[in-house]
Amino acid sequence: MVSDTSRLGFYLLLAPILLWLVLLIILPHVGLFVVSISEKIGPREYETGFDNYAAFFTEPLYWRTFARTAIMSILATALTLILGFPIAYYIAKLTRGRTKTTLFLMCMIPFWVSELVRTFGWMILLRETGVFSNVLQYLGVVSGPVEMLYNDAAIMVGLVYTSILFMVVPLVTTLDSLDDSLIEAGYDLGGTSTSILREIVIPHAMPGIVSGCIVVFMLSLGNYLTPILLGGKDSLWFTGMIYTQFITRFNWELGSAFGFLLLALSSFVVFLGLKLSGQSLSETMGRS
Amino acid sequence: MRISLVSSLAVVAALTAQSAQAETLRLLTWGGYAPEEVIAMFEAETGHTVEVTTSNNEEMIAKLRATSGGGFDLAQPSQDRIASAQEEFGIYKPIDMSRVNADLFIPSMLSATASNTTYDGEVYGVPHVWGTSGLVVNTAMAGDVTDYADLCDASVSGKVSYRLKRPTLIGFAYSMGLDPFAAYSDTAAYQDILDQVEAKLTECKPNVKTYWDGGDEIKNLLRSGEVVASMAWDTGGWQLNADNPDITFVAPEAGALGWIDTFVLPARGRADDAAYDWINFVMQPEIAAMITNTAGNFTAAVDGDAGVSADLKARYQGSFDQAAIDNIKWYPPVPAGLEALEGATLDRINAAN
Repeated sequence: MVSDTSRLGFYLLLAPILLWLVLLIILPHVGLFVVSISEKIGPREYETGFDNYAAFFTEPLYWRTFARTAIMSILATALTLILGFPIAYYIAKLTRGRTKTTLFLMCMIPFWVSELVRTFGWMILLRETGVFSNVLQYLGVVSGPVEMLYNDAAIMVGLVYTSILFMVVPLVTTLDSLDDSLIEAGYDLGGTSTSILREIVIPHAMPGIVSGCIVVFMLSLGNYLTPILLGGKDSLWFTGMIYTQFITRFNWELGSAFGFLLLALSSFVVFLGLKLSGQSLSETMGRS
Repeated sequence: MRISLVSSLAVVAALTAQSAQAETLRLLTWGGYAPEEVIAMFEAETGHTVEVTTSNNEEMIAKLRATSGGGFDLAQPSQDRIASAQEEFGIYKPIDMSRVNADLFIPSMLSATASNTTYDGEVYGVPHVWGTSGLVVNTAMAGDVTDYADLCDASVSGKVSYRLKRPTLIGFAYSMGLDPFAAYSDTAAYQDILDQVEAKLTECKPNVKTYWDGGDEIKNLLRSGEVVASMAWDTGGWQLNADNPDITFVAPEAGALGWIDTFVLPARGRADDAAYDWINFVMQPEIAAMITNTAGNFTAAVDGDAGVSADLKARYQGSFDQAAIDNIKWYPPVPAGLEALEGATLDRINAAN
C-alpha cells in the first residue's frame, strides 16, 4: 500500500521531465533524423540513404565551416574563462555582503534585455560611424573612420559578452564553497600566490570551470544571432548554414543532416574536454 | 473527380452564403502591405478580424511547408515562386476566380500572374503589389554607378553592399550581357551563366563591405554613408530619398528586376471567405493607394495610383523613364530545382577568399 502511493508519487514527479524529454527532445530528433536520411530525387520524390551526410564530407565548404565554428567556439570559451575567472574570484572571495550582491547583480543586468538588443548595442559601438570610431577620431588616435564591425574579432567580442554570465555564475558558486582557511594555510606553509592558485583554488574550482566551459561552448556553437549580425562577408557560422539550407534553399534534408552533425560535434568536444580535464559529467553537474 | 470537386465547392459556397459569418483572417504578408488603418476599415466593414504576420518569400514557403499549408488563410509570395513551390510541396489551393472581382485588377497583370502561377491547369495566384530591385546609390559619392557590374568598380571599393541571394546572381548576369531568364529551362546553359557570375562576384568580393540581409540593415548602411552603392529594392531607395536627396533608386542600364507579390490561398487555410473579402477589399483604388503610400510600391489595382502621394510619384518618375520601364526584366516562374544550382554557387562565393 505504502509502496504503491510512493511509486505513484515517483511517477508523478517523473512525468514532467519525461514529457519534456520525449516530446520536446527525443521526438523532434527522431523526426529530424528521418528527414536527414531522405534524399530528394525529384519533386515530391524521396529515397532513403545517407547522401546528405556524404555531401557534408565531399563539399569542403561545409566541413571547413564546421571546423571553423568549432575552433572559434573553443577560443571563445577559453577567452570567457580567462575573463570570467578573475571576476568570479573577486566576487566570491574579496567582497562581502552588499558589495558582493551588487557586483553579482551588475553581471546579470545586461541579461535582462534580449540578446538581439545587446548585439545591436555592439553594432552601434563598433560600426564605422559608431561610438568607438568617433571617440578614437576625437582623441586624434586615428585620422579617419575605422571599421571594427564585420570581422571575426567582432564575433568573438559578441560571443564572450553574450556568454560570460554563464561562466561567472558556476565559478562564483564553486569558489564560494572554498574555505578561506585553506588559502591562509597555503600562505602559512610558504606558498606563493601562483602556487596557491595552481594547487588549491583551481583544483577546487575545477567542476565549476568545466561546467561553465560546457555551457559557454554549447551557447557559442549554437549561437545564430551574434555571428550573423557582427560577422562579415567571410565569417561563416555553421548555424547560419543550417538556416540557409532550411529557409532559403528549401533543402530540409541537408539541413537536418547538418543539425545532427552539429549535435555529434558538440557532444564529441564536450566528451573530449571532460576526458582531458579528468572530470566526469555527473560530478561536474552535481557539484556546481 | 472534377465533378465532385465542383459540386462540393457549390455546397460549400451555398453553406457559406447562408451564414456569412465573421472569421479570423490570418494573413502572411510583407511589412507595409497591411497598414493598421486598412485593417481597421476592413474589420469595420466586414466584421472579420485580421491577424498579420510579416515575413519574406523564403520564410513564407518554409512556414507553409512546415505545416503542409496550415496556420494561415492568405499568403503573399512573389509570383515566380508559386508554381515550383506548389509542384514540390503542395502548400496552396487553387484560386476560385469567380470569387475575385476581376474588374479591380489591371487586366494585363491579372492574366500574366495567372499564367505564371498555373500549375496542373489550376491558377494559384492573383497579383497585388509590384516593384523592382536595382541599385540604390548615393549619387553625390558614387554617381558613376549605373549598372550592377559598376558595384565592382575600384572607385567604390569597400563601400558596396548587396545580398548574397538569387537576385544578385541574375542582376549581375544581365549586366554581363547574359540572359539568365532565357536559360531557365536549360540547366546546362544556366549553370554556365552561374559559373561566369560566380567568377565575377568572387573577383568583386574585396569591394563589398558586407552582404546585407534585411531591408533595415541596408537602409542604415546607406543612411550613415558607410555604404554608397548597393543593390536593393526601389522602395528602400525612395524612402531614403525622403531623408537625403542624394540617395535614390537607380534603374540599372541592364534593367531593373521586376517582381509581383501575389495573393495565394494556403492549402489548409480555414477562412477562405475572409481571404476573398480581403482581396476584393484591398484592390479597391482608394485602399490600394493607401497601401502604396505605406509600402512604397504600386499595386495591380485599376486607378490604384490616383490617390498616391505626389512625392512618391515624383520619386518613381525620377527613377524610371519610359525606356527604363520597358527594360524591366520580369521574373518568370522559377523551375523546381534551379535554386539548388544557385545555392551551390552562392555558397562558393561566400566561401571564396
